[in-house]
Amino acid sequence: MPMRDPADVLGGKNAPPSDGARLSILGILMCCVLASLSFRLWYLQLEEGHSFRARSERNRLRLQHVPAVRGNLYDRMGRVLVNNLPSFDVVFRLKDIPDLEQTVLELASYLPDGQLLSTGGMLPHDPRRPAHSGVVAARDVDWPLILAVESRQHDFPGVSIETRSRRYYPMQNLAAHILGYVGEVSPRELEQASGYRRGDMVGKFGVEKTWDAALRGQSGTQQLEVDASGRRLRILEEVPAQMGQSLILTIDMDLQQQVEKILGEKPGAIAVLDVNSGEILALASTPSFDPGIFARGITTEEWRILHDDPLHPLTNRATQGQYPPASTFKIISAAAALEEGVVTPDMRFYCPGRLRVAGRTFHCWRQHGSVDLRRALAVSCDVYFYQLGRRLGIQHLADYARRFGLGQPLGIGLAHEAGGVIPDPAWKQKRIGGPWYPGETISAVIGQGYATATPLQMAAVTAAVANGGTVYRPHIVKQLIDARGDVVKNVVPEVVSQTGISPEHLQVITEGMTDVVHKDYGTGKRARVQQVRVAGKTGTAQVISGRGGRSKQIARRFRDHAWFVAFAPVEAPKVAVVCLLEHSAHGGGRAAAPLVGEVLHTYFSLVRQRGRTPGVRQAAYHPF
Amino acid sequence: MFDRRLITHFEWLLLLLTLLLLGVGVLGVYSATYTGSPRLNPRVVRQLMWVGIGCLGMGVAFAVDYRRFEKWAYPLYICSLFLLILVPLIGSFGGGARRWIAIGPFAIQPAEFAKIGLILVLARFFHRYAPTEGYGLPDLFIPTVLVLVPTSLVILQPNLGMAVSFGLLFVSLIFAAGLRWGSLLLLGVGGGSGLPFLWYYVMKPYQKQRVLSFLKPDSDPLGTGYHMIQSKISVGSGMVWGKGFLQSTQSRLDFLPETHTDFVFAVFAEEWGFVGATALLVLYALLLVRLLVIAWRARDRFGSLLAVGCAALVFWPALFNIGMNIGLLPVVGTPLPLVSYGGSSLLTVMIAIGLALNVSTRRAIF
Repeated sequence: MPMRDPADVLGGKNAPPSDGARLSILGILMCCVLASLSFRLWYLQLEEGHSFRARSERNRLRLQHVPAVRGNLYDRMGRVLVNNLPSFDVVFRLKDIPDLEQTVLELASYLPDGQLLSTGGMLPHDPRRPAHSGVVAARDVDWPLILAVESRQHDFPGVSIETRSRRYYPMQNLAAHILGYVGEVSPRELEQASGYRRGDMVGKFGVEKTWDAALRGQSGTQQLEVDASGRRLRILEEVPAQMGQSLILTIDMDLQQQVEKILGEKPGAIAVLDVNSGEILALASTPSFDPGIFARGITTEEWRILHDDPLHPLTNRATQGQYPPASTFKIISAAAALEEGVVTPDMRFYCPGRLRVAGRTFHCWRQHGSVDLRRALAVSCDVYFYQLGRRLGIQHLADYARRFGLGQPLGIGLAHEAGGVIPDPAWKQKRIGGPWYPGETISAVIGQGYATATPLQMAAVTAAVANGGTVYRPHIVKQLIDARGDVVKNVVPEVVSQTGISPEHLQVITEGMTDVVHKDYGTGKRARVQQVRVAGKTGTAQVISGRGGRSKQIARRFRDHAWFVAFAPVEAPKVAVVCLLEHSAHGGGRAAAPLVGEVLHTYFSLVRQRGRTPGVRQAAYHPF
Repeated sequence: MFDRRLITHFEWLLLLLTLLLLGVGVLGVYSATYTGSPRLNPRVVRQLMWVGIGCLGMGVAFAVDYRRFEKWAYPLYICSLFLLILVPLIGSFGGGARRWIAIGPFAIQPAEFAKIGLILVLARFFHRYAPTEGYGLPDLFIPTVLVLVPTSLVILQPNLGMAVSFGLLFVSLIFAAGLRWGSLLLLGVGGGSGLPFLWYYVMKPYQKQRVLSFLKPDSDPLGTGYHMIQSKISVGSGMVWGKGFLQSTQSRLDFLPETHTDFVFAVFAEEWGFVGATALLVLYALLLVRLLVIAWRARDRFGSLLAVGCAALVFWPALFNIGMNIGLLPVVGTPLPLVSYGGSSLLTVMIAIGLALNVSTRRAIF
């Protein structure tokens, strides 16, 4: 601020009001501007009024949003898993409907019994919904209603039939948890992400959700000529909608079908991974659901049934279910102990059926006598691992478990993926409070206690043992292709972590795991497959210590979970399979191992069958 | 205690004009949202509620002696800035930008209220610092800082239209306060040469698109050009006497979007014709003249500038809104003061008018 003589500066009460001349100038200026607006009105309304009146009378232009066709989903061989079908939707233009309730009642008489138009969320005066936009009142209606609306247009002002595309699932429930489903965009999604419009269908779950941005495409605009009641006559200008990109998944449809059949009705999950890339070849979770009901608009009743089902069919047990890994965790305990040098492959411990540690008695499931590491894996001797755990300590154990990808989500690209828990003293202090007790290490070393993992995580662990120690990120999308079929993007395998276990130690573990299946004393004999050597590990997770068990007399929710993890062929591993049966009536060896055996059998028959089929290898597709 | 002059000096005409414009607004919103159903559209109800809230705000702004507002100018200014800062933190999205804060069932736009804060601090500054030979450019340092803070906050939202209206408010106030003619000229030249910078560095593609489609509406018949064409058809088809209340086909048949907010003038002009639309312009002109008379008669500079600020608060948005409606200016989403649907703008203008009434009534009380 420049210095001024204080006498020249007036302030406070002395400051005079604004200069009259300037205020006059302002006033004149403002009035002149308003007058010029008035001249413009003169021009528009008087000079050109007749022409504009005529234009308004034959004004039939209307802008319309054209939704894009959603991209398809294919399996790794290029077979359709999800595509689109035309759907005849009843659309209400609420502004033009004089009596909504009456209209709904009349239209409902053309629908099969009980099937009503969904007027929920369609209040005529929702201030956030523009009154001139169309609202879908019913999706995919049948001929009687279409005919009624089209032929009696004058009885139903504001009601029209629009052809839109609807998600179609030719294989019904197949891979429902992977594919996911679509639904109308929610107010929250509208607010959070740009590019959505009210009424759009967006991915809500599974691949549909994760890859929504690629799948949904670019909507277009049309300038329409319409008649006085709003019916379209012709398209004047158009920015066409662009179809979304399609995805080639890593899933193999044949294998997926068989896996789902093998799993049957039993609540649980099976995951099949390519051990050298992390590609998910099949992933099943039961109970499942029909994604088609979401595409046509799920009714409140259907949603209630799905949502209230005690078995939670909408949960993907393979990626969202967290279970104690139980004896399958011994793979990691053994690797950690070998790598840290606290045991050697030939070191033996005596198993009398129990062990007292820190004032508590820990039981083994049987008296095994003197066992070395391979045998301890093969017979799943707990006492051996108690001894190993005492020497290893919890911190080493937790570190190795994390190197195998446990304790945090793998980032597989499906929503709501769980990460499981790998406990250590710091974790316990933070989450539960209190010090770490030595007895908790003894539980942790056999995968009980606080530790949990998802079936897919255990599949990644198994694959890492098979491929020499690399944890690949399991993934489900192989390629993105555009509407012409050109490849837009190849998804390359990503490494989550290197476990750093030496090849000799992995070899010992593999031998132990092979004995699980192929030795007579192994716990996983039921997983044997003709002509292929399999390495596996059983697990039986206690839900409640002491009270649990497998017997059918025990309430379902207290029964143990059955695990079996495996890879094959032992000589040149290609595939890892994990099976988890929730609250099974039997342990891992009896309940889960035979299912894994069947999956491996299917896999290798498919490989042999395709090897004999000429042309498959040359195809643009991706047989495993 | 009660002073007779509170009644004799009360500016009845200003209050009457305000109420008339509010009435036009409620009828306009009613017509623009009319669906033929006997039930009242919630937007009309909401607009009536906002008119009620606005009357309350106007009453408060009138009742407290305006010289107290001079003392509270900075706290009020800082409060309004605080609200603006809250917008990116807890605000909700609309049209690609965060501009609103939800308070219960209402969404408020803090940038509107910031205008009141800005008028108060600027009026206070010029009131307390008044060189006899007028202000030069160096004197404007502090006022410039005061206006730049809220302006940069709204640019970040991004809301360029609002930033421009802050600038115009500022220019109106410094003109009335007495910026020397030479300085004014310099400012004009400087501002003019800043426009290319604005075009290349500040404006977003969609904003440029609006300007381009204003210059050549046919180039973009599917985008903003469409609005311009339809709005002109709407206004023009009103002819001399209009189509009559609730008879706007352009609005009823959805050719015109946002009829209750941005294009309420077009609907009004279509239904009431040249006669009605010109009458509306006359109402605005009378309102502005009364405000400037208040500014002239005010007993001090603070009061005078409050009235000028209020006039600017009505004039500029009215110009931009009507100009857009009749195809003279590009599509900028400014509401028509006192008429368009929308609470924040309504409340702000009514508070400002309350302040002007206040200044007028207390001009003879010492």
